[in-house]
Amino acid sequence: MANLEEILHEHAFFADAPAELIRLVAGCARNHIFHAGEYLFHEGESANEFFLIREGKVALEINAPGHAPIIFETLGVGEFAGASWLIPPYRWVFDARAVELTRTTGIDAACLRGKCEADHDLGYDMMRRFLPALVKRLQATRLQILDVYGQH
Amino acid sequence: MSTASTDVSALRHPDPFVPQIYRVERVSRELPDTITLNLTPLTGSRPSFEPGQFNMLYVFGVGEVAISMSGDPTESAFIHTVRNVGAVSGAIEKIAPGSTIGLRGPFGTAWPVKEAEGSDVIIVAGGLGLAPLRPAIYAILANRVRYGRVVMLLGSRNPKDILYRHELEQWRQRLDVDIEVTVDHADPEWRGNVGVVPKLISVATFDRHDAFGLICGPEVMMRFSVNALIDAGLPADRIYVSMERNMRCAIGLCGHCQFGPTFVCKDGPVMRFDRIANIFAMREI
Repeated sequence: MANLEEILHEHAFFADAPAELIRLVAGCARNHIFHAGEYLFHEGESANEFFLIREGKVALEINAPGHAPIIFETLGVGEFAGASWLIPPYRWVFDARAVELTRTTGIDAACLRGKCEADHDLGYDMMRRFLPALVKRLQATRLQILDVYGQH
Repeated sequence: MSTASTDVSALRHPDPFVPQIYRVERVSRELPDTITLNLTPLTGSRPSFEPGQFNMLYVFGVGEVAISMSGDPTESAFIHTVRNVGAVSGAIEKIAPGSTIGLRGPFGTAWPVKEAEGSDVIIVAGGLGLAPLRPAIYAILANRVRYGRVVMLLGSRNPKDILYRHELEQWRQRLDVDIEVTVDHADPEWRGNVGVVPKLISVATFDRHDAFGLICGPEVMMRFSVNALIDAGLPADRIYVSMERNMRCAIGLCGHCQFGPTFVCKDGPVMRFDRIANIFAMREI
């Protein structure tokens, strides 16, 4: 069975990451299995962990009274679920649900934030990994809200 | 020019401004606002066409509209999928089997189905954009061994608006085609992807230097998709898009569909991206 460092090293998020970075992050990591329908996190809860998806699919949902939850994005292998741990007040603003059996590696947010504060090189490296993914999600969201397939 | 040869030419190539009369053999409801027509000529057989080309459909007393072919090039009928978005398409959506309709065509350029032989093909469709791509899909699947990996990435507004759903399910059962569908939003019953179609490109498996990319959908979606294909490593001269403009004469005379130095009706609708890259995202073009 692969150890956490090997698992992190194989994840696309840590592509080309130096061994020292992997070692530091692995100290904050643990593995999770979510069965279909189980939630990784709920809106309003403390964002104290984010999840690197190794297998399966995660739906990001938002609830509206009187309606079924609306899925606005799904995340798959090689992606991460959860960005609210990056900024205060560290609270989830959506629900995240496993669509199918999903294996993730969870990273303890307070642990990683603490290491990034203590080692700004680590913090910079982490930001370099998060920022492109977040910008792509922002751009995709802009395209999504244009409702380009609707009649105009 | 002899009279006889003129007559023969006229028979083979009717005046492009004169609609031929076609019978509506069948009307199939695809979506609440979208139907598919099977059209056969009242006399003779229909002209051949290449995937990507279009016809001008004329509803008598209402007007004319350009509609891409969406059927199998080997079928005897012209097949058109039409969404009700205006007066003419609205009249077509209400047309009944057995009635007649005017038709001019085929016009325009084709998808690079032949050129893509020997390469991977990545087909990116958004919404109703799957309709103009479907003839190319039929042609590729009919000669599947001539191509490398075939990838179809399809975007839709929501699961209920997925076009040709039954056919997609059949194609998905093939073991030699990779199909991914994504929707802009869904309820929890949907177990597929949610998000924009360009995102699927970044995770699709295809030869990133030697594939052909065929894209059709709303222009904004095509711009994002072109960028994603280029980011993935596909050369601009391997990317083809199907453009849409206000086509009237359909033979490059009236200028209504001018797109920079080109006319979409005769230089398109299928255009190689590197030839229009400098004007593709330009406003007022």
